[in-house]
Amino acid sequence: MDIKIAQAMLPHNDAAESLAFYRDTLGFEVRNDVEYNGMHWITVGPPNQPDTAIVLYPPEADPGVTEDERRTIAEMMAKGTYASINLATPDVDAAFERLQAGSSGEVVQEPTDQPYGVRDCAFRDPAGNLLRIQQVN
Amino acid sequence: MPSRAAADQHLRDLALLRRVRDRIDREYAQPLDVEALGRAVGMSAGHLSRQFKAAYGEPPYNYLMTRRIERAMALLRRGDLSVTEVCFEVGFSSLGTFSSRFAQLVGMPPSVYREQAAGDMRGVAPCVAKRATKPIRNREAPAATRA
Repeated sequence: MDIKIAQAMLPHNDAAESLAFYRDTLGFEVRNDVEYNGMHWITVGPPNQPDTAIVLYPPEADPGVTEDERRTIAEMMAKGTYASINLATPDVDAAFERLQAGSSGEVVQEPTDQPYGVRDCAFRDPAGNLLRIQQVN
Repeated sequence: MPSRAAADQHLRDLALLRRVRDRIDREYAQPLDVEALGRAVGMSAGHLSRQFKAAYGEPPYNYLMTRRIERAMALLRRGDLSVTEVCFEVGFSSLGTFSSRFAQLVGMPPSVYREQAAGDMRGVAPCVAKRATKPIRNREAPAATRA
């Protein structure tokens, strides 16, 4: 078996805002932007990791999601309890400085040494998703 | 069925509450000032507390206490800090308050926890460790009610 992680999905509620955050603040490249009925599926990823991407998707688009569920998802995104992803970088402090200076995105946690041996920091993307960035050498 | 405008306003309010919660997470070691937290998002202290509880199942004060104890558990697991050092590090100004709050949430005094837990979560993915070791109050919180 040779299976890799190709794409992970993160919801957005404003395609332009999320795109700007991942491209301009995080420095990801935009690999695809699919539009359908005014909704956007945007594939972004780090330039040094061409095989792995995040797809920013509109959660309301799934026809199998009921109106109640749609509302719940929107509420969970707004209150910051819906989706998250862990990223990694060789220098978490430098990444933190860069991200903090960026226009969009909110700081959740300064770089901190966790007792389980990881140094990480945390941000929100404009849709309320939690991004933890951990140090890897 | 709420109107579209009311639903949008509700989502904006929730996003403000998220900011407050993230700020508590970030500044957990500072004294809690619900007035100031509310002012930053244009809410009165009372309104903020009620809305926060409706969204997250507990008022800001309880959330802060849970957050402090969570961080204290993490620091105690490290094993190189004393209970007193941890107490002040996470923002408590009294060892007595810290110890009783800790025992309430964790089920044992911080000194016993420190002895037992050293090294337990080593090697576990950070986000899993964070959830698995989160103090219990969140799980006890009643389901959020909505206005």
